[in-house]
Amino acid sequence: MTTDNARRVISVIVVNEASVLSRITDLFSGRGYNITSLTVAPIPDTKYSRLTIATLGSVKIMEQITKQLHKLIPVLRVYEHEDMVEKEMALVKFDITENLSDINTICEAYNGKIVNAGESTVIVMVADEPKRIDNFLNSMKRYNPKEIVRSGAVALER
Amino acid sequence: MQISGAQMVIEALIAEGVDTVFGYPGGAIMNVYDEIYKQDGFQHILTRHEQAAVHAAEGYSKASGKVGVAMITSGPGFTNAVTGLADAYMDSIPLVVISGQVPMSLIGTDAFQEIDAVGISRSCTKHNYLVTDAKDLPRVLKEAFYIAASGRPGPVHVDIPKDVTAQIEEFNYDIELDLETYKPNVKGNPRQIKKAMEAIAEAKRPLFYLGGGIINSNAAYEVRDLIHKTQIPAVETFMARGTLSHDDKYLIGMLGMHGSYASNMAMSETDLIIALGARFDDRVTGKLSEFAKNAGVIHVDIDPASISKLVNADYPIVGDVKNVVNEMLAQADSIDGSRYESWRETIENFNALHPLTFHEDSERIKPQWVIQRVGEILGDDANISTDVGQHQMWSAQFYPFTRPRQFISSGGLGTMGFGFPAAMGVKSASPEKVSVNFTGDGSILMNVQELMTAVEKKLPVINIILNNNFLGMVRQWQTLFYDKRHSETDLSMQPDFVKLAEAFGGVGYRVTTKEEFDAALKDAVEKNVVAFIDVVVERFENVLPMVPAGGSLFNMMLLEKKEDK
Ligand SMILES: Cc1ncc(C[n+]2csc(CCOP(=O)(O)OP(=O)(O)O)c2C)c(N)n1
Repeated sequence: MTTDNARRVISVIVVNEASVLSRITDLFSGRGYNITSLTVAPIPDTKYSRLTIATLGSVKIMEQITKQLHKLIPVLRVYEHEDMVEKEMALVKFDITENLSDINTICEAYNGKIVNAGESTVIVMVADEPKRIDNFLNSMKRYNPKEIVRSGAVALER
Repeated sequence: MQISGAQMVIEALIAEGVDTVFGYPGGAIMNVYDEIYKQDGFQHILTRHEQAAVHAAEGYSKASGKVGVAMITSGPGFTNAVTGLADAYMDSIPLVVISGQVPMSLIGTDAFQEIDAVGISRSCTKHNYLVTDAKDLPRVLKEAFYIAASGRPGPVHVDIPKDVTAQIEEFNYDIELDLETYKPNVKGNPRQIKKAMEAIAEAKRPLFYLGGGIINSNAAYEVRDLIHKTQIPAVETFMARGTLSHDDKYLIGMLGMHGSYASNMAMSETDLIIALGARFDDRVTGKLSEFAKNAGVIHVDIDPASISKLVNADYPIVGDVKNVVNEMLAQADSIDGSRYESWRETIENFNALHPLTFHEDSERIKPQWVIQRVGEILGDDANISTDVGQHQMWSAQFYPFTRPRQFISSGGLGTMGFGFPAAMGVKSASPEKVSVNFTGDGSILMNVQELMTAVEKKLPVINIILNNNFLGMVRQWQTLFYDKRHSETDLSMQPDFVKLAEAFGGVGYRVTTKEEFDAALKDAVEKNVVAFIDVVVERFENVLPMVPAGGSLFNMMLLEKKEDK
């Protein structure tokens, strides 16, 4: 089946309170499910935070995860995304001696640009779909990146 | 009113109507204990181990239907209590467990008796709190009681640092709870209920599958009405024993690993399962792929996560069993119970083929006989708790239960050492009934120190030790599945249980004949004392019938017929 162990993205809206994040991650680890990526931030002007969790699992597993998340007392809402806009960010550091104009051109194709230039290094930023971030990082390999950091994904239902 | 955090705990417990608290003091909780000393709103029962305090609170809750309360100190006090929390979590028992914690200034420094209590309890509680400011205490305690008792019940843990119990703040318990993220769905969707009733009316071989959720939601008498009205036969899970009286003509028996042949066959042949507050536990279903293959499933449960977790529900109904059953009752006129006549006959034939029984022995007392005998003598007058092992399964099979909350046992976790402290809790909640604990020679030693609590607090629990000189249940599996290699299950080395009971101020009886047993039980009941009745029983008796783990329900190991022997 193609639906088995597919990548899935869920959003969880929780009350901002101590240890709510560990409640959620415990629920995954306690059942042996993996979290591929996790992004958390407060929702502006509310007492809630939004978590975006990317994970792998079958339909059945996702149904259980969703129900179990819902059982946690501070959880307001859980939904699995089907038709979503999903973005992830990456920062990459290069030596200033690399071909910066090439790098900049590629960055632009991925909604990005050079965001910092120091004496010996530059940092670029891109924000795009996770799959495209993969591609971007692949194509950056030939410019000898010194450091790479990726954020988790964030998603909104269309 | 300006009072300390410790006083707030007392005031809140009294406001919640708590009459009994089980616990054990220590440094971090001393402020609260100092207030316990000064008050007379509730009694405190000092157990001799924190695990026992929580089990006693469970027993109290199970017998009374109220929230049980236990109080413990930080560090080792808390870690000792974890097994109790896990036990209550697995069996959905509403508890509030309050623990002391080192002062806020020391949290995170590996202070003396510091442990991350909420970190540990997170996976075995319905919810937990670390209270960092006494201003939050009234709300937290109010929420704790509400969350423990509502929805699918469970234990809630409240960890309070020592300086928070000393902090003086305004106390007002008259709070409206505002839990917008926690709203259990108790009602049951009317359209789904209607569809379920239509399915029942059309089924040829419907079967009620009754689970512990019925007891938790106090729905047993409504369920009885529904069954009598529809004339549909019923099987009970271990946790649901007592939902129907043992002599109810629609009760087939217990199902599952040690269920009756007729129950498991009925489950295998039914065309419509009506599951009420039952969760399709693996000890009940056996091999899932062969479980009730041709049956549709109506599944009523307060916990949406339990529905379609293991067995797909055709008619999922999320709601409190009591509400849903009342709704079903209102529509039950449409069901003509005579339709199921031949189905009931089929089940009677199953039962006649392999009734639940055992072979008497002229030499030795059979453990099943003891349980039956207590049933004959005490019957409805006793509340029954058990430890874990063969004696537990025989109790569920052979005791003639007549009412819900009569049978109290550790189902989900299967905790040896549960029985005796739980029985003390049962006795404190229900003093008018005799409190009997069926236990094994292994299990009883796991909380034997509670003899002191029971004697001191005059909680006359009668512990009936079915003494087979073995960790019997493990021995049974070794006999059947490990070629009789009885690795580390021989308990030939034993204390003198009579002297042991006497050493604590209780009464002990050693029993080797049926006459002696009757006399001992009579004496213990009359004297109304804490008792050990140490019954020497057949060592190698097995619990039968049995579905080997992972096997299919209809493939049972059965008791050999006497003539086959
Ligand atoms: C705390 C704990 N440890 C281990 C077990 C595993 N276990 C299940 S039944 C059993 C044997 C119980 O022996 P006993 O209390 O003598 O009862 P019997 O089976 O002989 O009736 C054991 C060790 C358990 N359930 N709980």
